[in-house]
Amino acid sequence: MSLPILSLVTFVPLLGALAILALPGATSARWIALGTTIVTFVLSLVMLAGFNSADPGFQLVEKMSWLGGGISYHLGVDGISILFVILTTALMPFAIAASWESVENRVAEYMVAFLVLETMMIGVFCALDLVLFYVLFEAGLIPMFLIIGIWGGKRRVYAGFKFFLYTFVGSVLMLLAIMSMYWYSGTTDIAELIANSHFPVAMQTWLWLAFFASFAVKMPMWPFHTWLPDAHVEAPTAGSVILAAILLKMGGYGFLRFSLPMFPSATEMFAPLVFVMSIVAIIYTSLVALAQEDMKKLIAYSSVAHMGFVTMGIFTLTHQGVEGGIFQMLSHGVVSGALFLCVGVVYDRMHTREIAAYGGLVNRMPVYAACFLIFTLANVGLPGTSGFVGEFLTMLGAFLNNSWIAIFAATGVILSAAYALYLYRRIIFGALVKPSLQAIQDLTLREKALLLPLVVATIALGVYPKPVFDVTTPAVAKLVHDTKAAIALEHLPHGKLAANKGAAP
Amino acid sequence: MSLQADLLTLLPELVLAIGAMALLLAGAIGGEKTTRAITWSAIGLLLLSGGAMILVPAGASAFGGAFIADGFARFAKILILASAAFSILLAGEFFARSALSRFELPVLMLIATLGMMLMVSAGSFLSLYMGLELQSLALYVLAAFNRDHLRSTEAGLKYFVLGALSSGMLLYGISLIYGFTGSVSFAAIATVVHQSGLSLGLLFGLVFLVSGLAFKVSAVPFHMWTPDVYEGAPTPITGYFATAAKVAALCLFLRAILIPFPDALQQWRQIIVFISVLSMALGAIAALGQTKIKRLMAYSSIGHMGYALLGLAAGTGLGVRGVLIYLTIYAFTNLGVFAGIQAMRRGGHAVEGIGDLAGLSRTCPKLAAIFAMLFLSLAGVPPLAGFFAKWYVFAAAMQAGLVVPAVIGVLASVIALVYYLRLVKLMYFDEPAPAFDAEVGFGVKVTLALSGVVALGFIFAASPVINAADAAARALLP
Repeated sequence: MSLPILSLVTFVPLLGALAILALPGATSARWIALGTTIVTFVLSLVMLAGFNSADPGFQLVEKMSWLGGGISYHLGVDGISILFVILTTALMPFAIAASWESVENRVAEYMVAFLVLETMMIGVFCALDLVLFYVLFEAGLIPMFLIIGIWGGKRRVYAGFKFFLYTFVGSVLMLLAIMSMYWYSGTTDIAELIANSHFPVAMQTWLWLAFFASFAVKMPMWPFHTWLPDAHVEAPTAGSVILAAILLKMGGYGFLRFSLPMFPSATEMFAPLVFVMSIVAIIYTSLVALAQEDMKKLIAYSSVAHMGFVTMGIFTLTHQGVEGGIFQMLSHGVVSGALFLCVGVVYDRMHTREIAAYGGLVNRMPVYAACFLIFTLANVGLPGTSGFVGEFLTMLGAFLNNSWIAIFAATGVILSAAYALYLYRRIIFGALVKPSLQAIQDLTLREKALLLPLVVATIALGVYPKPVFDVTTPAVAKLVHDTKAAIALEHLPHGKLAANKGAAP
Repeated sequence: MSLQADLLTLLPELVLAIGAMALLLAGAIGGEKTTRAITWSAIGLLLLSGGAMILVPAGASAFGGAFIADGFARFAKILILASAAFSILLAGEFFARSALSRFELPVLMLIATLGMMLMVSAGSFLSLYMGLELQSLALYVLAAFNRDHLRSTEAGLKYFVLGALSSGMLLYGISLIYGFTGSVSFAAIATVVHQSGLSLGLLFGLVFLVSGLAFKVSAVPFHMWTPDVYEGAPTPITGYFATAAKVAALCLFLRAILIPFPDALQQWRQIIVFISVLSMALGAIAALGQTKIKRLMAYSSIGHMGYALLGLAAGTGLGVRGVLIYLTIYAFTNLGVFAGIQAMRRGGHAVEGIGDLAGLSRTCPKLAAIFAMLFLSLAGVPPLAGFFAKWYVFAAAMQAGLVVPAVIGVLASVIALVYYLRLVKLMYFDEPAPAFDAEVGFGVKVTLALSGVVALGFIFAASPVINAADAAARALLP
């Protein structure tokens, strides 16, 4: 296939942004942005069609010289990254459509920021060069900073700075780690590093920690999560959707792409630490979510808890755990994105996110109540919804590893039911007594068109997750196998090392 | 070597020197009304001098090795000439609005530029000192050029007194080095150090030398003059200090340390690491509290010199390459920033408070967008050029095993990010202050556009710059 499909998918949004800069009217900006994101989505489906899911390696590879000295413009996808690309391209039209009416000032700039952000996000998942990855990973901060800061709520400046600085601190340490990997192995090519890198254990340890600093903040893992509720609360609806659905996934993706295959021994060594942090995240942030008065904040904390399942699953180093982690990220992308859209729906009508300001919405908004219910149940992890599959598999992986981890994690499932259903009861059920709510309208056609596909996706993924696993399984199997083999190799006495290396498949 | 060959090697400098004197005469005869013509002639002279570099044989040296025209010097000179040309363009526009439109200004800038070109070509301590003083004396006058203005004269005087002090330290160091090695030539000193090691006297000389040079690049703890001079000097002159003068001083620093003292790496590295780390930290922290944009840029430049010095501390060809890439990006970014500051005028008067930038994205979106790009580039946020500048310097430092300074450096860059982000926040998040004057000069527009293109486009066209810097670094450290 000679068509550079990955570059196309990555850079079409940027072209859309340039088009908006050329035609900066508000209406044309909206339509150009929507058109661009839909075209990008279609292109990503073309990419999926050209992808051979039986092959665990990188496909649709593009490579060009860039900075010289082993640093190149190298793109490619495997069974793990391709789904995140699809998730990104699929959710962007929703983000644009969700801002259709709620964003009124500086529309052209808003759409430009989103389209630039989309390029960066897709690029992160496609990049097969560490420097390219880092550049795109960090560059995404600028548009998100502007989105929070310009179109956000009251404390937007504080939230924007916190978001930017937290992420930046974590990342600069990763930058230094990338440099020493470069000097050690002479390349920053991710495919090559995965295939041939054998960093000494001591070096792996601090490289792992440096990468962890970046991804744990991005994920975010407890106790580095405090930027997330602030950023979510202050960001505009579409900003929250993208933040929860895609930006957070970069952390989990980073663990899968770098920490496991490149630093296997350190991964084994630090796995208990990750388990403890994941479990604290699952239990503690669920409890915190229970006490929230602000809808967005509650969902933000629930995101942290769900990401706890992801990190737990990934670091079990079992096939089930890793697959579950990936599935959980995809499902959370859809579900949390949809939940933020649901909050946006009532926020646009009432201009408050305070839970206490609502109640009894089912009386006036039955369609909304039904949609919200499905996403709430998916968030809880009810069987039949997409949330169940991921949680179940990660816990299965945890059981294989250490049943105590799974037992603690399971309490989190109960807590998530508690806070999610409690939220639902307070907003939707009860009598509609508040005078301000008497005239509230049910979903408009635009909002229905927004939420319906997400309802379908949530249920479809929950009932029939096989298409996803078809894509991920070969890549995950290879990842788990290679990581475990590398760990086993490290445990051998050193004399046997060379002989065993030759025998490894 | 014949005199003719020596003079040919010196051709770019000769063009500047003779041209500057001719323009001075022309101005003296023609009076104030020739200012405009002289400004453009000065820019033409700089271009001519740059063109003359093609005629200089590659790797030539003149006057017994006192003047070296190698690839390293050529890279630095192109950068200096470009910065000087833009600074003269901006200065011409700046002073055309005031009553101080005088023909001496472009001439003085030409003479300072000549000094800088001699500095980066110096192959001995005598030619180094000659170039440095030629540059410095012209710069002292330039800082005080707005002579009826209290701050400007203060800046000039302060710069002169402290500059003289540092020149004294430098000379003292040079005299010690001469006394203990018997030579002022870099190559000869290197031989002596290689054969008989670093004696105590020579070490003293080295320390004084580094201190004197650190003053010129405004590295901590020799930075005190910088904020006052930056604030007091007329804006385009400050831009000239921040770009051409810094490029020249740092390139001089590289050559004067790396060529004579390669065998004393361990000794001078400690000092360089120390001043580098302090500069990065102080530049970042002290800038947080600034309310005037030019003072903020002064601390920013202190910090940036710290990052660049980390490349010197690496002491390798990679380090030199990193510094050269850093200086290229830094110079073009700062030209844009100072051009932007020059555009900050309200009701015909220049405003320099940070708060004056509030809401600029609504009153003047183009200027705000370029400013934001340049500030984020200075902060080192990818995908802008400044990130790559930092990448090459830090990568060289990591390769040389300077892990702790590199960690401190990246953490300092996070602190520095706070004040750059605050500027972006002011322009984009805050309610607008009254708009700036709509009338913006041609030079300001061109400079802003160019540095915007460099900041944004470097990622796409990095390799020519990197290859050129690589070749230049190899010329210095084969």
